[in-house]
Amino acid sequence: MQPEPILAVSGLRTVFHIAGGDVVAVRDLDLTVAAGETVALVGESGSGKSVTGLSVMGLLPRGIGRIAAGTLRLRRKSGEMVELQAIGGEALRRVRGNDIGMVFQEPLTSLNPVYTVGEQIAEPIRIHLGRSRREAWAQAVRLLEDVGIPDPARRAGQYPHELSGGMRQRATIAMALACDPALLIADEPTTALDVTIQAQILDLLARLQQERGMGMLFVTHNLGVVAEIADRVAVMYAGSIVETGSVTRVFAHPRHPYTKGLMRSVPRLGEATALKEAGTPLPTISGSVPSLVNLPPGCPFAPRCPYRIDACVSAYPPLADTGEGQLSRCIRWQEV
Amino acid sequence: MLHYILRRSAVGLLMLLALTVLIFGMLRLAPGDPIDAYINPSVPMSASDLGALRVRLGLDQPLPVQYFAWLGAAVTGDFGYSIQRGGEPVLPLVLGRIGPTILLMFSGLLIATVAGIAAGIISAVRRNQPTDVGLSVLAFVGISSPAFLTALLGLYIFAVMLRWAPAGGMLTPGAPFSLTDLLAHLILPASLLAIGHGALIMRYMRSSLLEVLSQDYVRTARAKGVTEFWVIVKHAVRNALLPVITLIGSTIGIAIGGAIFIESIFDWPGMGLLMVNAVLRRDYPVIMCATLLTGACVIIVNLLTDIAYAAVDPRIKVA
Repeated sequence: MQPEPILAVSGLRTVFHIAGGDVVAVRDLDLTVAAGETVALVGESGSGKSVTGLSVMGLLPRGIGRIAAGTLRLRRKSGEMVELQAIGGEALRRVRGNDIGMVFQEPLTSLNPVYTVGEQIAEPIRIHLGRSRREAWAQAVRLLEDVGIPDPARRAGQYPHELSGGMRQRATIAMALACDPALLIADEPTTALDVTIQAQILDLLARLQQERGMGMLFVTHNLGVVAEIADRVAVMYAGSIVETGSVTRVFAHPRHPYTKGLMRSVPRLGEATALKEAGTPLPTISGSVPSLVNLPPGCPFAPRCPYRIDACVSAYPPLADTGEGQLSRCIRWQEV
Repeated sequence: MLHYILRRSAVGLLMLLALTVLIFGMLRLAPGDPIDAYINPSVPMSASDLGALRVRLGLDQPLPVQYFAWLGAAVTGDFGYSIQRGGEPVLPLVLGRIGPTILLMFSGLLIATVAGIAAGIISAVRRNQPTDVGLSVLAFVGISSPAFLTALLGLYIFAVMLRWAPAGGMLTPGAPFSLTDLLAHLILPASLLAIGHGALIMRYMRSSLLEVLSQDYVRTARAKGVTEFWVIVKHAVRNALLPVITLIGSTIGIAIGGAIFIESIFDWPGMGLLMVNAVLRRDYPVIMCATLLTGACVIIVNLLTDIAYAAVDPRIKVA
């Protein structure tokens, strides 16, 4: 049975207005996240994955980014359905930090250097749940304990620069979870961390998500992380989802040349050493990500695609159902 | 913290000492000596009388001897007697004048800080909108206008033409003391003193806040659902204040110079007139004492801004 989604994005189109003209950063994006489900958005820099997260939060850079089309329906904690793109500033502010929590990439710069960690975690509790300063502080200490910070009462009174990188990211997770949100958006939460800490943070996020039954939208460029944490995956390229489906299925049988190329590009310990000894370079996808300013009319991946035929260049391919809920934006998916 | 203050105070004392050496030497380098200004030119004096006068004032001694004699007396609190003012003791004379100067200076600094920071915040939040452009133009004019121009112009417009404030003095002569009378006399010179400083603070605040507003933690605050007002006031302004505090502390000396200038235009009974006259007439003891106290003020304010800096930014450890 398919659970009712917490977040349902349909036809999202996010446009950035820059000096050279309008840039379509996200193009006709459909996405759902159900309660208790983790959906990974994966892609290279500039693929639009982070912009998708910011679009949901209504945190696109002011005066530059805007949602040009589409609907973003969110089921709030109260069960009320809201359309995020339509409700406007003040109503959206009540949703942010309350129904949706967000964790960012850089834990140090994401925390305000001049306030204690406890104060920053207590802040959304006071704003959204109307708790007193004292109650909110006590709750912040409990949250710090929940995210695995030892001696939470003392740590709450410390400033961000007094915490280690891993601990800071735990603190920002505690901050995002402060109001027990229905949806957590994690934007590359492990990218800035040491590999050993990465695994701990992933385990923590997975545990918290299970305990709280939240939906989680996990933005990353790391396929290994996707395999670790996500139920479903959406691969993005040049603003579009090019392939989506369950992680097991997409990883076992990628049906889009880009996904396939990405997976081949992940160095594996044994293979990489063998290739090095043989003197062969690591496999890569030739070419580079196209500029979003002047996208070709057809498939955006066509210039780099080994499966390219004339039809690819002439029209933007639709998402094709390859079975079992796996979709591929490739007209030759059967041959991939 | 105490250790830090003590260490800074010790450094401050050394700086004061260096200041006295510098001023003492520079005064002696200037042509003329107190005797030239002391004597009445219409009464002829013999060379031996002049010599005797020099000996009596100690001016015949070599410079280092004079300096250490002055220093030795000064550390005991004895700053000597004014050469020109009929032998008045210097310390009460200067202390009596330093109060009004400090009042004027700090009022000016307060107005400059409050107005500069407020205008800087408004300007940054309304970036590139008419309010921002207007404030930036005002700041540019404020920074570019020399004090003698703004002071005279302000005096003419607000005291002479509009008659909003008295044109000079600190209190109405003959009237009993009242705070409103003092404030009425204070507001115009203090505001004019604040113009240049306030404009500078505004420009610093604006650029500092604009930089802070693009920081990740401001986005985090928005992601938590903090209202825009508190995003600015709580999360951004406190961080943006750091460079502005440094600016205020490091330009305090300029404010003193400005205060002395404004005093002479508004006939403010502070150290300005005293010092100008003392320099003109080579009244060495008065100059030394006034300079020393002014220097002490600057050093104390700098120490206070450093402490304020540590209070605003927890990353700075004063130990």
